[in-house]
Amino acid sequence: MQAGHTLKKLIRSASVLLLITVVAVWFVLGAHLGWTKTSVSTQKIDEITGIEYPVFEDRFVPGVEFLAVGIGLALALASVTFLPIFPKNQP
Amino acid sequence: MKTTLLTLTAVATLSTLSHAEVQTFDFKDPKGVNNIVFKLDAPLESINGTASGISGTVSADPANPGDVKGTITVDTVSLHVPNPVMKEHMLGEKWLNTTAHPTITFELKSVANVKRDGNTGTADVTGTFTLKGIKKDITVPVQVTYLPGKLKARGGDVDGDLLVLRSNFQINRSDFGIQAGQSTDKVAESIDVSLSIAGASPKK
Repeated sequence: MQAGHTLKKLIRSASVLLLITVVAVWFVLGAHLGWTKTSVSTQKIDEITGIEYPVFEDRFVPGVEFLAVGIGLALALASVTFLPIFPKNQP
Repeated sequence: MKTTLLTLTAVATLSTLSHAEVQTFDFKDPKGVNNIVFKLDAPLESINGTASGISGTVSADPANPGDVKGTITVDTVSLHVPNPVMKEHMLGEKWLNTTAHPTITFELKSVANVKRDGNTGTADVTGTFTLKGIKKDITVPVQVTYLPGKLKARGGDVDGDLLVLRSNFQINRSDFGIQAGQSTDKVAESIDVSLSIAGASPKK
């Protein structure tokens, strides 16, 4: 019984940790509200022709699907602890 | 006899001079500056992409901007969007099918409404746009800048001239069989295209 309670607490803590990590990673890497990018461009100007052109750099910028999958996984993990295999909390 | 010879010489000289005025500009830019930007509206965020694999030649007479011929080619695989899944779909069989259609071309046919101001000018260029194997004649507004003697200034060791072409126009994906009438709730039907390219004409 005690082992069940401990496992339940552990899983719930892991899900909270996952949620915080996903949100923190998304926020720190740009809080991008569009789709995930694996390259980012900066605009440069060719001095002679005046042409503006993009220069790409490989960089991971998580988007909303990263956030959605991360939150979904955290919720799924937390919901496992509501299955009947785990003992109910004592009042 | 003498008159005939003089006439022939004059015609040959004029022909040579006239021919010398026409310059051929190569748009395969070793500096990698030439680019085409394309944009499609989409619900979450607009899809902004670029194409860099640009080549082709344009023959133009700087003194007569209305006389322009040539073809600009874009390697379809050089089309890039920042999202890797989106890029895979875009280049895949259902959308651009780059395996079957490795290039996008624009063949210049005629130039109209030429307005000139020094070494710059604007014109409406009509040509055949080929995308996904489908050819369609379109007219696009083009801004032209002629930069005589500026080739060497870009870092090379060859003298020559530059021709800069800029154009903004729209095409419809249904005109070129790109998921015609499908996924219009996810990706807009019209594609905004913005072209900025420079061609080089080395002095011989």
